[in-house]
Amino acid sequence: MSDQTRIVAEAVVEEDAPRSLGRDVWDQFTRHKGAMAGTAVFLFIVLAVIFGPLIHTIDPTYSDFRARNQGMSWAHPMGTDNLGKDMLAQVLQGGRTSLLVGVVAMAIAMFFGTLVGVLAGYFRRLDGPLMRLTDLFLALPILPLLLVIIMLFRDTLRSTFGPETGIFLLIVFIIGITSWMQTARIVRGDVLALKEREFVLAAKSIGTPAYRIILRHIMPNILSPIMVSATLGIATAIITESALSFLGLGFPSDFPTWGRLLYDGANFMTITPSRVFWPGLVLSLTVLSVNYIGDGLRDALDPHIRGR
Amino acid sequence: MTRIGLLMGATALVAAGAAYADGHSERGSDGQLNIIYWQAPSLLNPYLSGGTKELEAASLVLEPLARYDETGTMVPWLVDEIPTVANGGVSEDLTQITWTISEGIMWSDGTPLTAADAVFTWQYCTDPAGGCAQLSNYNGVSNVEAVDDSTIRITFDEPKPFPYGPFVGAQSPILQQAQFADCTGEAAPTCTEENFAPIGTGPFIVTDFKANDVATFEANENYRVASQPAFATVNFKGGGDAASAARSVLETGEFDYAWNLQVEPEILTQMEAAGQGEVVSAFGTSVERLMVNFTNPSADLGDERGTVAHPHPFLTDTAVTRALSLAIERNILVEAGYGAAGRPTCNVLPAPEVYASTNNDWCLEYNPDEANRLLDEAGWEMGDDGVRVKDGVRLSVLYQTSTNSVRQGTQALIKQMWEAIGVETELRNIDGSVFFGGDQSSPDTFQKFFADIEMYTNNFDGTDPEAYMGNWACSEIPSPDNLWLGNNMPRFCSEEYDAMVVEMSQTAALEDRAALAIAMNDMLMDAGAIIPLIHRGGVSARAASLEGVKMNEWDSELWNIAEWSRAE
Repeated sequence: MSDQTRIVAEAVVEEDAPRSLGRDVWDQFTRHKGAMAGTAVFLFIVLAVIFGPLIHTIDPTYSDFRARNQGMSWAHPMGTDNLGKDMLAQVLQGGRTSLLVGVVAMAIAMFFGTLVGVLAGYFRRLDGPLMRLTDLFLALPILPLLLVIIMLFRDTLRSTFGPETGIFLLIVFIIGITSWMQTARIVRGDVLALKEREFVLAAKSIGTPAYRIILRHIMPNILSPIMVSATLGIATAIITESALSFLGLGFPSDFPTWGRLLYDGANFMTITPSRVFWPGLVLSLTVLSVNYIGDGLRDALDPHIRGR
Repeated sequence: MTRIGLLMGATALVAAGAAYADGHSERGSDGQLNIIYWQAPSLLNPYLSGGTKELEAASLVLEPLARYDETGTMVPWLVDEIPTVANGGVSEDLTQITWTISEGIMWSDGTPLTAADAVFTWQYCTDPAGGCAQLSNYNGVSNVEAVDDSTIRITFDEPKPFPYGPFVGAQSPILQQAQFADCTGEAAPTCTEENFAPIGTGPFIVTDFKANDVATFEANENYRVASQPAFATVNFKGGGDAASAARSVLETGEFDYAWNLQVEPEILTQMEAAGQGEVVSAFGTSVERLMVNFTNPSADLGDERGTVAHPHPFLTDTAVTRALSLAIERNILVEAGYGAAGRPTCNVLPAPEVYASTNNDWCLEYNPDEANRLLDEAGWEMGDDGVRVKDGVRLSVLYQTSTNSVRQGTQALIKQMWEAIGVETELRNIDGSVFFGGDQSSPDTFQKFFADIEMYTNNFDGTDPEAYMGNWACSEIPSPDNLWLGNNMPRFCSEEYDAMVVEMSQTAALEDRAALAIAMNDMLMDAGAIIPLIHRGGVSARAASLEGVKMNEWDSELWNIAEWSRAE
């Protein structure tokens, strides 16, 4: 235990030390083969969806009706769907949405989860109310909630932000607001343990204000569980968005996301297998790679494992 | 196949041929018939459910006096002839119709069918406390009486040019008085045993019924034709979805008959290639159409959105709606979503033949140039972003429909066609149970129509379009005042049209009725209230070994199930 204290203290105080925390973490991370592979795959997918449409310039919503249900070819590397829309263009465009939803929803969930967890763990008086709030959210069924929220706010958001941005905000908000609870519980548990530790008591005894203790002493030590939930959160958010699209909720039907591509392709599996193969593959690879990155990060950030 | 197998097969074929030639097919000789309806029936009393699935499942058991055959012609069923003015069955003043039940018709419990049962059925359905789903069939009926045991006389309030509402078609079969006597009024829905297993005159009787799951039937020993039905039992299974139902008949052969297969044509074609069965389709009156909102659905209007107080900013301009129609290449929609089960149409009333207008056929030709010209002429100028604008109003539409892959495909294609003429299109799809659900609290129902364009299919039962064309009268406009009930989704309102609706209800001669129906159809088309897309046929699948299926869009698909048999 004192190891951890020392390392964190080193990182924070001794800025001119020969080895920084970041360097240590990176070294450990690069030793995790799965994490490295995951990072490579994830980076490749991210770069592909960002720059891919610049190279493969077919409009994902354009349907060339004569070229429908085609297999893989040079013109359509992933084939076309039953309306003659290019699958590669749709997978790339869908990836932008799916990944963006994943990252933004994860950020929202992490923010709320950490905030609630730290407050509940650090301030005894807030603990009860905040944890009951967490229980309340855990008990909320996401689908009915989503139906109600979509019904209540869709038209307002649509007129304010336009159809696509409006729905995007709605979906990331809903996914974010319904997935912060696990993080909050984990963080609270860690904070409860940490705040009784010597270095926190020491800081308190010299009159350090609460916000400073939280930011300087507690946050760096709970970074590891937060990072891990963050990576897992991306995967969960992408999967949730897919499930929503699969149910026909969420984005308009001509707005591709990986989940929707899978859903639409399911019936055509025997005619054009590429319609489910490619979206399914990138979806699985993304989730898998992000999970491996999370795994690697946990090892790298945990001082007990690092340096062994 | 081994040589012995071949020989046995050949022998069986010869034997079957011989049996067929002799005409000695026997009741119950063909074993079990397996039917799959992917929407499962919840009960077997068509008077308590408006759903097609219940109606069709019940048609194995319950029968009307007359029904429609596969061509839409009325055929006598429990009677010897259809009453008409010519044969004296319908009175000269068109206020009475008299049916005579054929001799020897028995209920499955062995008691005779009498006129009293028909009288009871009318009382059952029109009981004010009952909530009968088929009430419209008894519209205008002032009395039903039993003249004698086999003669039923129906009297109408006023002259009824088409008196074949009561006791005709799968929607108004005859219930047995002895069984349902204690189930009238408020007690109707509580009679579970009766509603799950009605006694009928049909070819089958119910042996077991599990709501929303499976129903089993066996041959009715008292059925009027001694050699029918050929099947001893029927297993009527519900559940799943259209694609898996199609697969179970066409590919795996687990079932003999599957109903309502709205699946992309290439998928059906591929399944059919497996050789286990074939797709059957028939055309009735179903039209997939775009409803055009004549009122402003903007959310800014609060409680007044979608009401006639606020006309739509641009959809009442016939140049716009005509251009929208011309810009749609209907053949592509058919090819992508319907295949042989659809054909382009320009009429909301496409059938029967005598009622079908030919005055709107301009829309069959895909003509974006003409569409562009119309819009240019009407002052809609192409903006920099490719969307036409006039007086600051952008040609931008929100286009909604129910969630179904064929519909979303159609939406995507139409969006592309419209954007090519400078009409911005936003798509929305809503779960079918919400869209068609009629829930007052949901903003997404097709009656509220808080969008600019919406797409769905509608049709009418039987062959008379009077009630159907009455849907677009001013009084049918859904609004907060009538709790959004009403069938006039476009909110089309014209005194001239209303006058024709009234005139039709007083016109008897077929030619005059046809002329009126055509004029009404044309009026709706000219006003641009409805943009018809596809005349849709019903699509079902039958196993290759199942014989006698006559696909029928005018009545229950299972209307002639007594004649179905297994090919050897």
